[in-house]
Amino acid sequence: MRRARWWCVLANPGRALRGKVAIAGVADTAVGVLPGRTPMELCVEAALGAIEDAGLTRADVDGLLTCNAMAQPLMYHAEAMAEYLQIFPRYCLSVGAGGGTTFSIIHHAASAIVTGMADVIVVAMGDSLRSSLTREQATQVQASTGHPQFEQPYGATVPAYYALIAQAHMAEYGTTAEQLAGIAVACRQHAALNPTAQMRDPITVDDVLSSRLIADPLHLLDCSLVSDGGSAIVLCSAERAADLAHDPVYFLGAGEGHSHEHISAARSLTTSAAREAGQRAFAMAGLGPDDMDFAQLYDCFTPTVLVELEDLGFCAKGEGGAFVESGALAPGGSLPVNTHGGLLSHCHPGNPGSMFALTEAVWQLRHAAGDRQVAAARHGLVHAQGGIMSSHTALVLSREAV
Amino acid sequence: MNAPNHEKILPPDGELARPYWDGAREGELRLQHCADCDQFQFYPRIICSHCGGDKLSWRAVSGRGRVASFTVVRRGISPAYPAPYVVALVDLEEGPRMMSNIRVEDVGNVSVGAALTVRFEPWGADHVLPVFELSES
Repeated sequence: MRRARWWCVLANPGRALRGKVAIAGVADTAVGVLPGRTPMELCVEAALGAIEDAGLTRADVDGLLTCNAMAQPLMYHAEAMAEYLQIFPRYCLSVGAGGGTTFSIIHHAASAIVTGMADVIVVAMGDSLRSSLTREQATQVQASTGHPQFEQPYGATVPAYYALIAQAHMAEYGTTAEQLAGIAVACRQHAALNPTAQMRDPITVDDVLSSRLIADPLHLLDCSLVSDGGSAIVLCSAERAADLAHDPVYFLGAGEGHSHEHISAARSLTTSAAREAGQRAFAMAGLGPDDMDFAQLYDCFTPTVLVELEDLGFCAKGEGGAFVESGALAPGGSLPVNTHGGLLSHCHPGNPGSMFALTEAVWQLRHAAGDRQVAAARHGLVHAQGGIMSSHTALVLSREAV
Repeated sequence: MNAPNHEKILPPDGELARPYWDGAREGELRLQHCADCDQFQFYPRIICSHCGGDKLSWRAVSGRGRVASFTVVRRGISPAYPAPYVVALVDLEEGPRMMSNIRVEDVGNVSVGAALTVRFEPWGADHVLPVFELSES
């Protein structure tokens, strides 16, 4: 069913944004365990790197979008960062959409450029969950997920919420723990090719299944990392980007889908609003799943990727497990997924996590991804979600403006 | 604020949901029922999430349901939650879905679709929490 052309029939695909903006600069800090570095320092280092990569200066930046850091929460995060950098933007905002923050921000930033709210926007995020989060803060994060009255008292952990999705998918479609493990294995295969990834030693399906159970059916290696790191990009009009340091990476499509906050109130446990996000992004881009040369999919836990593969149209509903088993996700596969290693193997510093999927997509589309380059990559899909499969944004990026 | 981590997490008090918690103290699972569309809803709201109506009243329900999904938490959220324990989504006979725990001797006995019956568990100093157990037969 991969050929079904549902993405071409949406009434209002939002073409006003298509091809109008581009990513002109990108930078990541080192990731992993970075003791002594504050989230703001990571954010600033990444931002300066991205500005330099674009061939611009701080003075060119008139928009700044950030997200707050769990390890260093600030009431006015974006303003604090602008102050630190001594820039004086006309568009300055800190956004919180959990893991979905990155692409939600890019969607809004693209609109802001097209509507003239800013010309050069820096999107920068950083956090140090690994080295700076106190035990109290970590407990707070775990305990504050879920509905305060009707979920939290039952003691679910974050992995437990996602395990509910995995178990439902297994019961409904016969998905196996081995197939879920295959997702972690594929991410690690990519990470092994990426010198910056936090975890690079190869793992097998057996390694995943013999790692300790965290929340059935999820094992330790089904769960993403806890990391420090920062990442930033520079977004501007496609026209301006064409005159800058690198070949632009064009924004061709964006789509969002929002279905619930609490997993107990989800429309479905096995079909997420990634479906609407993908349909809307593909409709804007005028492209479909088969046109994507790679996909960077939110992978806080392995079942997240499984559901996204189906909902974004890369395989039919219920066939995610078989799709993983086919080897599609691995380096050289039909749909390389998380070519940097993902949250599972590259790094996961909390809400900034998908920034690294974005910078990776840009390097892939610049054909600058080194050993892990997807041959002749033209188009890529990036997706992230926040909450418990709650808030989804997908983007279609391309090295071609057409 | 959340409770210190050696205590169970208590549901914050609120006017709207008070009949739910009072019901639990009296050994009844109570849900909001809409007079306009004759459907139950959970969690409690000021409008009916099905039809948008506001003719809501509280009714005791059967306390029977089935496992929509579940997980066994192997690393508890705090010392007040000794692992392993089962967190489940329960589809109640009357329609709504809710999160709960399933109290069971052997966590290996829980499966998706299994029939459940509510029971009421003292929670902290003066709360009672609806939890479930596997139905007999």
